[in-house]
Amino acid sequence: MIPIRIAVNGDVYEREVPPGTTLLDFLRDGLGLTGTNAGCRAGDCGACTVLLDGKSVNSCIVLACECDGSEVLTIEGLSRGGALHPLQQAFMDEGAVQCGFCTPGMIMRCAEFLARNPDPTPAEARAAIEGNICRCTGYENIVRAVIAAAGAMKGRAKA
Amino acid sequence: MSEFAFIGRKVPKIDAFDKVTGRAVYGHDMVLPGMLYGKILRSAHAHAKIASIDVRPAFEVPGVKAVITAQDVKTGNVGFLQDNPILKGGRVRSFRDEVAAVAAVSEDAAAEACSRIAVRYEPLPAVFDPFEAMAPGAPLLHDSAPGNVIGFKYDFREGDPDAALASSAFTAEGTFRTHYVTHCCMETCFALAAIGRAGSLNFYSSTQIPYLMQNTLSRVTGIPASRIRIRQPVIGGAFGSKLDVYPYEIIAILLAQRTGRPVRITYTREEEFACTPTRQPMIIKMAAGCDREGRLTARKAEVVLDNGAYTSWGITTPHIMLTGISSLYRVPNVSFKAYSVYTNNAFATAFRGYGNPQGTFASEQLMDELAEKAGIDKVEFRLRNANEPGSVTPQNFRITTCGFKECLAKAAERIGFGRPKAENEGVGISGMFHVGGGGRVYKSDGCGVIAKLDDFGRLSIMTGATEIGTGSDTAMAMIAAETMGMPMDAVSVINDDTDVGPWDVGIHASRTTFIAGNAVLAACEDVKDQIREFAAPMLGSDARNLVFRDWKVCDVLDPSKSMEIPRVARAVHFKEKGRMIVGRAFYDPPNEFQGKDLRGNVSSTYAFAAHAVRVKVDPATGKIRVLKFVAVHDVGKVINPLGLEGQLHGAIAQGLGYAISEQLVFDRGRLLNDGFTDYKMLLARDMPGEIELHFVETGDPEGPYGAKGVSEAGLIPIPAAVANAVADALGIRFRTLPMCPEKVRAAVLERDGAARPGAD
Repeated sequence: MIPIRIAVNGDVYEREVPPGTTLLDFLRDGLGLTGTNAGCRAGDCGACTVLLDGKSVNSCIVLACECDGSEVLTIEGLSRGGALHPLQQAFMDEGAVQCGFCTPGMIMRCAEFLARNPDPTPAEARAAIEGNICRCTGYENIVRAVIAAAGAMKGRAKA
Repeated sequence: MSEFAFIGRKVPKIDAFDKVTGRAVYGHDMVLPGMLYGKILRSAHAHAKIASIDVRPAFEVPGVKAVITAQDVKTGNVGFLQDNPILKGGRVRSFRDEVAAVAAVSEDAAAEACSRIAVRYEPLPAVFDPFEAMAPGAPLLHDSAPGNVIGFKYDFREGDPDAALASSAFTAEGTFRTHYVTHCCMETCFALAAIGRAGSLNFYSSTQIPYLMQNTLSRVTGIPASRIRIRQPVIGGAFGSKLDVYPYEIIAILLAQRTGRPVRITYTREEEFACTPTRQPMIIKMAAGCDREGRLTARKAEVVLDNGAYTSWGITTPHIMLTGISSLYRVPNVSFKAYSVYTNNAFATAFRGYGNPQGTFASEQLMDELAEKAGIDKVEFRLRNANEPGSVTPQNFRITTCGFKECLAKAAERIGFGRPKAENEGVGISGMFHVGGGGRVYKSDGCGVIAKLDDFGRLSIMTGATEIGTGSDTAMAMIAAETMGMPMDAVSVINDDTDVGPWDVGIHASRTTFIAGNAVLAACEDVKDQIREFAAPMLGSDARNLVFRDWKVCDVLDPSKSMEIPRVARAVHFKEKGRMIVGRAFYDPPNEFQGKDLRGNVSSTYAFAAHAVRVKVDPATGKIRVLKFVAVHDVGKVINPLGLEGQLHGAIAQGLGYAISEQLVFDRGRLLNDGFTDYKMLLARDMPGEIELHFVETGDPEGPYGAKGVSEAGLIPIPAAVANAVADALGIRFRTLPMCPEKVRAAVLERDGAARPGAD
């Protein structure tokens, strides 16, 4: 067992984990944060995407013990003070959600993307989600939602 | 301004909030107290005798609670022909065959235990091609099917197609082959079984058929159906894959019975690829003819289905395949024969479009070829033959509303049909016909709804019509809010529990918005009638003059007379001899069950569409790039533009994947590509450069607010439209799917190689 100290969505946890435990299983089974979904457990589909120290990772191919001293943000921690993140609102409003299984990972990936590129083109948004598979939406409304969220965030920044 | 408050407006899905916040509870998230994890050991051979199984080593793994093999259980079989045993005893017939199962305290322990079970096989000769399987001396898969040909066959005949083809001015024919693709639901399969009081079963499932599942689970396990309760967490995709009951689901129940603890089985992604059923592969021999004026004279099709080792819904897909062949255009002479052959391959089930994409791939390419031979523009050729409102087709389908000609004209105009194009660019078009008003494939095509009005005016829609991600529950809520004149957020849809919701046949045939929507509509009318009865004396109005708007019941003749719905509900409830307002309805559409002759109006209305694509092919790499995609659909009436767009975008991604990239690759029955990296679904960057969606609103008289079903329709014409565009670009006709880069490249080389000697 390996002792780790990890901040998840602002809460600090001190735990002991077996060396082979993935960050995904630590979040889901250890902390009960089931919003992060397991789509393939091979780093192929992006359904388990979370932010590790601000960078998007497939949590199924990151070991929990590697995250000692890190900050993790999951879908459960994205909305602050009861207000949805503009991406969450835009995914709802633009019809970017169908079965919803890829949605948390997709939103986390886009959150990192917009933090780095606040004014993206649709082509850039499309490129940003290449590592996230969705079987329902054909990605079109997801791209639209990312652009809408970028607009909303700019508006908010100005105000 | 729209006459409607909700219908036709963009309404976010009612389950979207839970899904964007990570609060939605999927099957993978369900953990019950004391729950164990189940794992299945599968065959190591495509075809073998099981000589012996030693399960003792499995018990040495700490945490193992049960190990079962065929010897330990007594169950019926599953599958359309009930030919699929839950655990295989003497013999395995494919790599996916279930040989043993383990329940343990963790996934890891269960997997480790499975790996330690020692099975001794005696390999048998195996067969992986349906024609080889029919040859004399081929290994026999099931005693019930001599020569491996299954007795369940299709034979339809109208007129005399042979004579008509012989006397046609022009004919075209070809043999078309379609391949294995799989649903790739983002959530892998799960089943959670918990045994309760007196042996009753609580079964948590992502099934599309909760009520038919009760029957099947009962028949197979012996638990009375009256003691089986199916509950449904949020479902992470289905697309037809969950229309049948599969052995893993029964295995979860058997393990729960054996251990006395809840057992959950969750597939890995590799199992999902290797062990779930596929789309039905087919070999389609088709011929078609027309006269000098370009009027279709006949169509003739003979279809062989590779059934795989067991039988699920795949064997019934010719039913729907035939509908497109017989009824999209006016064809006076039609013959259609289809049969299925056992092999040691994967078996197939329902998948969005249900045989219709395969048939359309063949028939719509032959339309292009006939048009070329007749020297008629391909769009004009289709328009000359397109079905119209009021027609009765050879299968006795009664076409009521039909906007097919409008769809064709719009799609052709928007793609720029006939305009000059660049080198290696091409345009293609395809039409599509599908059920749009339910599909009577069971003795009832119905759906029940209870609409409960509470003391606060909130309306709970309780129904058996499940939500698999399509947005059908949002459409139901919109129909309820519209009909009741109340706000959307005062409507809830409860459709996750067979103990609560009245019966529904299942989520298939693009039927839910149409059928469940009509049931919701009728239940709301019942609620309104009850409110009118109580409110009329309170308001001093004639009940017939009471209308519903702004969450109030109002006198249409005297606006001063009105009462808020929550107040009415309380006034009726809290009084002497009080009552509660509960509406109910069961809607079973006016459609017909088909007999053996495959005639009968199977759907109460039909969906039509035309898709047009512009592609650019890179001859050096063989890669097909879709520059523009135009989809025009007769949807009757748009209920929720957001949901409708989403259904079509998703269908375009799946349909293009089917046409140009997705493929399960097998080597003698063993799957070689069991992950997303090697199974090439379209990614965001692979989508068409431009997508245009257009809707023809024909206002179907039977549909809720005029709507028809659409969810499968968006996929059906795509392989044909792309093949026609590629033929336009390269002068090469692809009769085999998928049109993946290596095949396109090889065909270009062959074309140029063949052309070079002539040019010398």
